[in-house]
Amino acid sequence: MKALAALAVAVLVALPAFPSVFGSYAVTLFTLIFFYGFLGQAWNVVGGYAGQLSAGHAAFLGVGAYTAALLSVERGITPWVGMFAGGALAAVLGAVVGFLGFRFGLRGFYFVLLTVALSEICRILAGNTEAVGGALGYYISFTGNPRQFQFQDPRAYYYIALGLMLGATALVMWLERRRFGVYLAAIREDESASEAAGVDTFKYKMLAMLLSSFLTGLGGTFYAFYLFSLQPSTVFGIPLSVEIIIRPIVGGAGTALGPVVGSFILSPLAELSRHYFSQGGWHGAHLIAYGALLIAVVLFLPEGAYPRLARALRRRTAPTS
Amino acid sequence: MSLLEARGLSKRFGGVQAVADLDLDVAEGEVVGLIGPNGAGKTTAFNLLSGFLAADAGEIRFRGRSVLGLKPHAICALGLARTFQIVRPFPRLTVLDNVLVGALGRHPNATDARAHARAVVDRLGLGAKAETLAAGLTLAERKRVELARALATEPALLLLDEVMAGLNPTEAAALVQTIGVIHASGVSILLIEHNMRAVMSLSHRLVVLNFGERVAEGPPAAVANHPKVIEAYLGEEYVHAAPPR
Repeated sequence: MKALAALAVAVLVALPAFPSVFGSYAVTLFTLIFFYGFLGQAWNVVGGYAGQLSAGHAAFLGVGAYTAALLSVERGITPWVGMFAGGALAAVLGAVVGFLGFRFGLRGFYFVLLTVALSEICRILAGNTEAVGGALGYYISFTGNPRQFQFQDPRAYYYIALGLMLGATALVMWLERRRFGVYLAAIREDESASEAAGVDTFKYKMLAMLLSSFLTGLGGTFYAFYLFSLQPSTVFGIPLSVEIIIRPIVGGAGTALGPVVGSFILSPLAELSRHYFSQGGWHGAHLIAYGALLIAVVLFLPEGAYPRLARALRRRTAPTS
Repeated sequence: MSLLEARGLSKRFGGVQAVADLDLDVAEGEVVGLIGPNGAGKTTAFNLLSGFLAADAGEIRFRGRSVLGLKPHAICALGLARTFQIVRPFPRLTVLDNVLVGALGRHPNATDARAHARAVVDRLGLGAKAETLAAGLTLAERKRVELARALATEPALLLLDEVMAGLNPTEAAALVQTIGVIHASGVSILLIEHNMRAVMSLSHRLVVLNFGERVAEGPPAAVANHPKVIEAYLGEEYVHAAPPR
């Protein structure tokens, strides 16, 4: 455990210093690791800890992204404020889907289908609304004005993404030890038994959904102003939801470091395979690599990589500590 | 004074009248045994009392207030806790965290709650297993975890659904003793039990259900020889086997 803590501290100290020695491609790669780590952590609250498998988190990201982009471009409202508006709107959407799912007792596959339906509805609505660019998408022209969340230097995005990931992870670590975190874990393990032990399962599932959708909505601002274009089929698409979910599952759902570890494993894999496969004309082949990896994780590491990693390090350090 | 008061409780599942016009009381400080053959409606009665099922008709009062229509967690907060016939500990949480979930209802601060949970874990003889995941326990230990979790909610009334089932005689005897200690600490108990030795030694009063109806009630010794009870368990042709009354 000591070795693990030392490693974590070393990485934390080193990460902010990295961009000065990295090439620009590595900065991009790490920015994506951090950002998907953040999104995975946001999903982890409701999907990992509370065990409510949302497969439509792209909807929250998309709502946050469109909100901040529209406020910035159409109204001149800085995305530094707009991101909270986006987060709040995403949370409203989270409340609606949470209420529908939890009030009417949709569990397992049925909850998955409900959340997928939600993101599909968002995709179709955005694609048919001319005011937000319709199916062609919404474009943000680059000004490089930091007030409008636009930066000349890609390292700015690196640091923001790092801050988002560390902030969300610290929040989850704090919540994990408190009543909220313990109740979510109890709900994941057995809802009826939780009710019998005095847990208001509806309330806590709703709170988890609100927090998770709010954080994901915050991430939407980063997404919009990092890519400068929003396509309904991408931002509200099922593949993006899968990208959000797969990292915490591979890393260890329901653990504070799982999404981070998962993102360090998968984001480089996704980027590099996307890069090389598309060079060879094999577009989408990285999804096959993903699928194979997911099957391997389910078979050999059903609880994810992080719990296994933590145990291995603990065992190695046990004789000395 | 009556702690729990159920009047005219009824529940039907399709063509089966699981509980029919049931009256049931538990007084403060009392241990009541709820017995009857399989399918008599005992667990359904528990589910109605603890809020897991909605009654078709009837009234349930706990500590003087109606709890009809309240969700299980709200009923638990009022001081009525239950265990499940098929144990349901949280498998991937430690024993201590299982009990912590129960303790957090009365102690919102996790540090306080952990101390209370720890005390309950020790009291139920699970101290050595506190950091073990519940999934890795024996049945007897899992039953104790379930009991500890219910007890950690600091109930006035504990509903125990067949806590002895599946235990060997030594384990059952130890659990009877533990339940006796819990009762002595001021918790009233309503228990469903097929283990006659346990239910006879623990209960002040027995209520017998058959086909959802209460067929007999009274002190354990009298109820055991009641013709209706013998009929319910063994069939009509054995009623003559009852000792003369």
